[in-house]
Amino acid sequence: MRAPRFNFIFRASLLVAVLAFTLPSQLSAQQSKPWEQIPIPPLPPFHPHQPTRIELKNGIVIFLQEDHELPFVNGTVFIPGGSRDEDASKLGLVDLYGQAWRTSGTAKMTGDAMDDLLESKAAHIETDGDIDSTSLSWDSLKGDADQVYALAMDLLFHPNFTEEKLNLAKQQEAAGIVRRNDDIGEIASREARKLIYGAQSPYARQPELATIANIKLSDLKAWHDRTIGGKLIVAVSGDFNPVAMEARLRATFETLPMARPNPAHPGSFTDPKPAVYFINKPDVNQSNIEIVGLGTERNNPDVPALAVMNDILGGGFGSRLFQTVRTKLGLAYAVGGGYGYSYDHPGTFRVVVMTKSVSTVDATKAAEGEIAGLITRPFTEQELKRAKEDILNSFLFLYDTREKVLAERVRLEFYGYPADYLEIYKAGIEKVSVADLERVSKKYIHPDKLAVLVVGNQPQIKPGLDELNMGPVHPIDITIPMPNSAPSMETKQ
Amino acid sequence: MRSRFTARPWIGLFTLVIAFLACHIALAQDLQSFEKKITVKVLPNGLTLILCNRPEAPVFSYSTFIDAGDVDDPSGESGLAHMFEHLAFKGTSQIGTTDYAAEKVALAKVEAANNAYEAEYLKPVGRDPQKLAELKKIFEAAQADAQKYVIPNQFTEVAERNGATGLNAQTGLDETMYFWSMPENRLQLWAWLESGRLSDVVPREFYKERDVVMEERRMRTDSNPIGRLTEQFLATAYVAHPYGRSSIGWPSEVSQLSATEAMAFHKKYYVGSNVVVAIVGDVNAAQVMPMLEKYFDKVPGGPKPEDLTTVEPRQFAEKSVVIREATQPFYIEGYHRPSYRDPDDAVYDAIQDIMSNGRVSRLYRSLVEKQQIAAEAEGFSPYPGAKYPSLFAFYAIPLPGHTDDEMRAAIHKEIEKLKTTDVTDEELAMFKTRAKADLLRGLADNQGLANALALYQTRYGDWRQLFLQLDRIDKVTKADIHRVANKVFVESNRTTAEIVYTPTPKTPQSAAQDKGGAQ
Repeated sequence: MRAPRFNFIFRASLLVAVLAFTLPSQLSAQQSKPWEQIPIPPLPPFHPHQPTRIELKNGIVIFLQEDHELPFVNGTVFIPGGSRDEDASKLGLVDLYGQAWRTSGTAKMTGDAMDDLLESKAAHIETDGDIDSTSLSWDSLKGDADQVYALAMDLLFHPNFTEEKLNLAKQQEAAGIVRRNDDIGEIASREARKLIYGAQSPYARQPELATIANIKLSDLKAWHDRTIGGKLIVAVSGDFNPVAMEARLRATFETLPMARPNPAHPGSFTDPKPAVYFINKPDVNQSNIEIVGLGTERNNPDVPALAVMNDILGGGFGSRLFQTVRTKLGLAYAVGGGYGYSYDHPGTFRVVVMTKSVSTVDATKAAEGEIAGLITRPFTEQELKRAKEDILNSFLFLYDTREKVLAERVRLEFYGYPADYLEIYKAGIEKVSVADLERVSKKYIHPDKLAVLVVGNQPQIKPGLDELNMGPVHPIDITIPMPNSAPSMETKQ
Repeated sequence: MRSRFTARPWIGLFTLVIAFLACHIALAQDLQSFEKKITVKVLPNGLTLILCNRPEAPVFSYSTFIDAGDVDDPSGESGLAHMFEHLAFKGTSQIGTTDYAAEKVALAKVEAANNAYEAEYLKPVGRDPQKLAELKKIFEAAQADAQKYVIPNQFTEVAERNGATGLNAQTGLDETMYFWSMPENRLQLWAWLESGRLSDVVPREFYKERDVVMEERRMRTDSNPIGRLTEQFLATAYVAHPYGRSSIGWPSEVSQLSATEAMAFHKKYYVGSNVVVAIVGDVNAAQVMPMLEKYFDKVPGGPKPEDLTTVEPRQFAEKSVVIREATQPFYIEGYHRPSYRDPDDAVYDAIQDIMSNGRVSRLYRSLVEKQQIAAEAEGFSPYPGAKYPSLFAFYAIPLPGHTDDEMRAAIHKEIEKLKTTDVTDEELAMFKTRAKADLLRGLADNQGLANALALYQTRYGDWRQLFLQLDRIDKVTKADIHRVANKVFVESNRTTAEIVYTPTPKTPQSAAQDKGGAQ
């Protein structure tokens, strides 16, 4: 917990990019622009320091990124397969696995003993479960790097899952489940995903008390055995000798059997059913509004044009949503969104607005107006220029540190994208024209296919949601299912 | 897939700022190497510039620290420092306007209209609704007139078009900070923008921005159970000092703030002696300092504003807050402690580390692992600020089926141990090692380093304290921890706050709501 701090801008945006947009008529009225007289010298040449990539015969890929600025060594092993691959009756398995793997420890050293040893050296070994992968990472001061590496590898290959730590992880997971309706933002983003992908989709479904109760120690072991033989990616960065480090990593990983190919991505994707959906939350005075639909994949050649369109719609200060809903109308502090793209499955289209209960309908209509405006309000050359400048002038920050360069290369490797993807993407942005914007907005933006989700305090929402003229309002029940054996949460404090 | 490289919490920018309050170590050679990279210049107006050369990539990050925050809000004007921070994005007489001379006249009319409206609105007796409606119309018309000259968001638009990344600001109780990162060839443009908004803010669009801030309050406080709880917790813990006042502002006060008040705040607190600007990245001080001086000289001089006179009186009775609502239980308690200038500051850091840092910490091992009653349990300090006497707080999140009372009892048991038995040598050594390593880890991040240099320069008048605090950390002894725990963690110095889960009563209205759907 930290002291309250209040920001100027709330970065709710799903997309990193930000842009600028100004009414041309106003611009021309301005007398002078003193900032345009300030010289901007050319940037010195900059070549991001690329990591060394080593592909082993068994398919495992190693990245080495030297960085001698500080006396630390960091490493991560990424393992394909994550919560989207879980059995529906055991949702939460990967979360529990990610926790209990590390806390259980190995036959040689329990998790608790590992905590004592590592913390005394200000070192870390952690495991984690994510939607499409699990990972084991380590970091330490240079002097402890050999010992910490040996421990990390022992944990990677010889975990010793225990009932005690599985139960501990289950309790943590249960605490998260019973608390998931306390925070309005958490409700809105979770339920929006369900509307977009379908409640049972691997990209939206959620663990329940019943599904975590089904998970046994043998499930964690089976998951580990199933995934550890996959196409691992090993990334090490920091203050090390590259020859010695390569030899050490080869000694560990080269002897492993041929890596199994990555699992197929599950799921089928259809647009949400367009309608207004509502969740009542009596303890709030602000509505969270999500206008949502299906997005696309990052390898879609239209992505550069969509990125520019997103900036114009809802990236940052100059975006149409920010200018209209926040600056002009004063209806929201948090507003933003855009047409999303994920690396290996369709992303989400999301526009998010938070506004006081009474202005729910006004704010929704204002946001919808800007979405529809992508088709009806012509893009100008000026908007295009500003959006491109914004993206291209901040492009450096995608690889201004060696850690960022490494993380990007690992990401591209994991999802099977070319190593020079960022350059291709950048060239794509440079080529985007107004005609491209018009084409992609017509192709991808379908206001009549979007669902509207409102989480808010029903009696305060006046005028009511029927004023949105989207037919009957569909209530969503978010009651947390209690397993039959457990007493109702409401009787417990 | 998440990247573990950028997701490390301990190198996060935000954590860094907080962590720097907690740990201040480095080796002598780090200080020496930084002495070579860092140039400090105090301008005639009192403003301090700190440049740190880190030529890893052709970029820089900056952090502007104003030594004033919401603790300095005048009585009846809570939230003013934060409101001004929002205004600092609205441009200057040179950017954001089509015709400043005309706009200035129009803005004066907006203020006059607001004053007239507010005077009528605040009449204790005899408020005339018809007159109020007329005054409101005049006020709205004046705003519409001033709006004609505005180029909305032009200041931020120019920054972002030129590659500004991570552009934002934060207002805390103690200080206000502005920051972003940019390609290094935009340093002069940045200096023009930043010095401009420090010295030449125009209160445009103030009243619409006030609505935006009200939405921010609804989001962070009113509609958030923990936000509601902590606001009440602090309001109860403090009887006199403004640390107890809502820092985003009480709704009745924020909604009445005026541009005149915001500009008065600016005039008093945004003077050179109250401002530190730190820049870290590919910047060569010898080359750019004359240019920076030229721009930042424009910031008005003036005396360093006087400190607050109010000192929180000693607490002599335990206090508690209980919120009964349909939210899962949560427990927090706090004890008054001295400010960061207290000689025992590092001792509080040691207690926080030993009680809360990671899976080896006492609270985790006791409440989470052994007793299995909590999902999380930690102590943290200083809260809610550092400049003035603050709180050492503990919180715990009960597991399903467990209660706030169990949290309280378990936390008190661990506190009691601290008071009666010395911590171990291993615990103390671990604190010192981790503090040093965490500091080192933070040095690789331009923005984090800029924030830390500005913070230390502001707090101690010398950025070197970032490193020199090693001494204070190293000197912490077991006896110190024992002594401080016994002094501070006593019943009469305690305030507790909790959420007790209480189902929403089923009124006919709420039953209708539960069927869902807005009518």
